[in-house]
Amino acid sequence: MSTATHQAPLHLDASPDPSVTPVPFTRLLRVELRKLVDTRAGFWLLTAIGLITVAVIVVFLFVADPDQLTFVNFVGATATPQSILLPVLGILAVTAEWSQRTGLVTFTLEPSRIRIAVAKLVAVTLVGLLAVVVALGIAALSNLAGMAFMDGAGSWNVGAANVRDFFAVQLIGIVQGFAFGMLLMNTAAAIVLYYVVPIAWTVLFSMVGALENAAPWLDVNTAMAPAFDQQTFRGGDWAHIAVAGTIWVVVPLALGLVRLLRREVKSA
Amino acid sequence: MITVEELSKRYGAHQSVDRVSFRAQPGSVTGFLGPNGAGKSTTMRMMTGLTPPSAGRSTILGVPYAKLPNPGRHVGVLLDASAQHSGRTGREVLRLGATVMGLRRQRVNEMLEIVGLSGDEGDRRVGNYSLGMRQRLGIAHALLGDPQVLILDEPANGLDPAGIHWMRGLLKSFADRGGTVLLSSHLLHEIEVVADHLVVIGRGAIVADGSKAELLNAAGTLVRGADPDALARCLDNAGYVYQIEPDGAYVVDATREQIATATARHGVVVTELRGADGAGLEDMFLQLTADDAREKVTA
Repeated sequence: MSTATHQAPLHLDASPDPSVTPVPFTRLLRVELRKLVDTRAGFWLLTAIGLITVAVIVVFLFVADPDQLTFVNFVGATATPQSILLPVLGILAVTAEWSQRTGLVTFTLEPSRIRIAVAKLVAVTLVGLLAVVVALGIAALSNLAGMAFMDGAGSWNVGAANVRDFFAVQLIGIVQGFAFGMLLMNTAAAIVLYYVVPIAWTVLFSMVGALENAAPWLDVNTAMAPAFDQQTFRGGDWAHIAVAGTIWVVVPLALGLVRLLRREVKSA
Repeated sequence: MITVEELSKRYGAHQSVDRVSFRAQPGSVTGFLGPNGAGKSTTMRMMTGLTPPSAGRSTILGVPYAKLPNPGRHVGVLLDASAQHSGRTGREVLRLGATVMGLRRQRVNEMLEIVGLSGDEGDRRVGNYSLGMRQRLGIAHALLGDPQVLILDEPANGLDPAGIHWMRGLLKSFADRGGTVLLSSHLLHEIEVVADHLVVIGRGAIVADGSKAELLNAAGTLVRGADPDALARCLDNAGYVYQIEPDGAYVVDATREQIATATARHGVVVTELRGADGAGLEDMFLQLTADDAREKVTA
């Protein structure tokens, strides 16, 4: 409770100290990365992704036939829990600024909201990449374990295309979550809509026969389904992903950015 | 220095802030006073770039807030002490701020020490903090970048009397070293001790702006006599306008010297003679609040 360290005289100049330079992007990025893991919500979400991935792998190890125990199948097994949980990280990265009202501090320390948005997007993308790399590592270890203990086939036969698609699926998911979070600016609404809209959409397409052919163009999940079936995308699949991705990722992201730039940052 | 020029904010049909202009000078504490809902927080959010103004402009150190490079190093801002992630520790909140501002790590410990959140209090989660502790953390965050200007919205809320005393000392010494302080409050008594300058806002518009001495003198002089009736006759004779207080004292629109001269001439015994304690400001303040209340009844 002493003010001893505060005795140096301040500048009386009417203008800002010219030696102070703008905040470099790397510092914003570092802070946004740290904010993803320094709360209980962020920490447990990442821990849960890790634990569930391991659990799924272990189950797969025991229930799959030995000839199914190949690297590419282990990678496929990690994809599902990751694709479900990683987008939540994308959502929380933006919505916490509003639900926890930290935006008041974030946007006074860096008034350029677009820089904050880019720093957040890069941060969640990096975490997404890291999660995929870790998943690939776990899949490789599991493949070794499968060979050693379960008499697994242990094939390492995996194309660059498989890995590329795996990254694509997870990154599209996390960016979509980020876009929903930015557009809705509310954790509960963003999470519910992120999970409910695709389900409702899929139900609609499967019930209305005439829409079935349109589904891969209008529904991201259908567009990305080949990655979970054959584990590589082909030419037509990329067109589906481009169109469905524009509707469900690019448009919400753009609208969310506009909303962020215009919104008043309030405490209540 | 903070300059606010004709700042206005309209929400639909409601004019929340109406052409507000004032200055906060370096080396002084400016109190921004007004009842709840008068537009203080909206004005402060417009000054810090969080709320786009409908009209007008404001500058800090001669520059619009959004144009300040690394603003945390120039301006310490505390708009709502509770607006922190409840899952972060106090230390972590400061560490994030220090990283953005590019400060050395040791600065965080120093600030925790200065605001009295040292030891394990700094390592507790903000969700477990009392409002007073959050205010201390918020003040630490505002001072983190060693700024020249402080903008604090209701920083005394939730502080205990010792905490309020501590904060006043801190703001005074900040201003004495040449810093500019703008702090808001809805309580006159909370602010009149520390502020050198007062800006009073009511229903979105400035209703008074001046040095504390000016505004408090405008309240008049309080005089009490051994014989109230004789005192009243004396004041009537001298031609001074006065009001009778409930406890029998008179608040007179005259200086102490004028009153002393008049009572001496009439041989009236005076038992108390002093400035009227900002009662005029207080009245103006109550009036502002009462007007708002009345408006709600008729609406």
